Amino acid sequence: MSSNAPGPQGPQEYEEFDLGSHVGEDHVVGEAPSEAAHPTLRSELRGYIVGLVLAALLTAGSFWSLQEHVIYGPGIVMALIVFGLAQVGIHLVYFLHLTTSPDNTNNALALAFGVLFVSFVFFGSIWVMYHMNHNMMPGVALQQMRGG
Amino acid sequence: MSAPSTALRAGRDPYHVGHRAPGAGVPEYTGHGAGGPAPKRIVVGYGFWIFILSDVILFSCFFATYTVLIQARNGGPGPREIFDLHTTAAETACLLLSSFACGLTSLAVARHNLLWSEVFLAITGLLGLTFLGLEAHEFYGLVTQGDGPTRSAFLTAFFALVGCHGVHVSAGILWLGTMMAQFPAKGFKESIRHRYLCFSLFWHALDIIWIGIFTVVYLIGTITS
Repeated sequence: MSSNAPGPQGPQEYEEFDLGSHVGEDHVVGEAPSEAAHPTLRSELRGYIVGLVLAALLTAGSFWSLQEHVIYGPGIVMALIVFGLAQVGIHLVYFLHLTTSPDNTNNALALAFGVLFVSFVFFGSIWVMYHMNHNMMPGVALQQMRGG
Repeated sequence: MSAPSTALRAGRDPYHVGHRAPGAGVPEYTGHGAGGPAPKRIVVGYGFWIFILSDVILFSCFFATYTVLIQARNGGPGPREIFDLHTTAAETACLLLSSFACGLTSLAVARHNLLWSEVFLAITGLLGLTFLGLEAHEFYGLVTQGDGPTRSAFLTAFFALVGCHGVHVSAGILWLGTMMAQFPAKGFKESIRHRYLCFSLFWHALDIIWIGIFTVVYLIGTITS
């Protein structure tokens, strides 16, 4: 019994990893599931509805910002990026249930690595190609002049 | 007293990656490695999450290609000429509602409710099919008016990115049909629930990819061209 750590007795409060749904996890046999580990149908349903409403509002915001004179012209792209990123966050939190609980640490770290890699690929490509096009410009223009 | 069981567990599963030992109870700090191996549900979800992130990285290459090639039109049409944002808005609504229905299915599956699982899965699938129909209609219109993927580098990148997403949705609908058949046939046993967990991750992730597509391809594409 050397590893008998003094832990809290009774229903232990631990956060279940949760990409999917809050319920369905295993628990100590014979113990009544605690309210914290087993949210009710109502609370879970509310989570999905809140997620749906927020996502719908952000989507509507994205399409609405394309209207003339709603947002200062040069700022539209930035507004769209902000709306998009916010909606991704909403989906991660309310639909994929990515939280900061201990069981989600690995998922969050994997996501952070994924985001890092995606930004390398996406912004790196744009950056490299922009400068390459910039340096190629005189050659291309000359070719077009010769061709035309 | 705990020595034999610890040795047994260590022999069977030295790195604590599999099932929790029978009767070991709930670890206090699951996820930190201190409370014993994580439940299989967590391991399954983590593995599939890694796959999804690799898929997202694949999509990021297509996004980068599209963004780099958006001006390479060879005299062909640009985003402003060929995109109908009403179709895009309808597709977005379909996928968002489909993702929501998929979440409701998760609630029903967790409660082992066959009827509602099947109903919400059917709604999820029908919305997905509507999305695919809208996309196929858009592609068909573009190809028949001569703006197919062979027209310009911009259109190649467009068809590759949006088509790749469409292929993913099609695969997801096949998976969804399989789940609809397996719930009645095999019941809500653990392996089937894990399979459904992976499906719901996949379906929600497709909606997240679509956020990127309608933002970058359709909206930003339309206003910057």
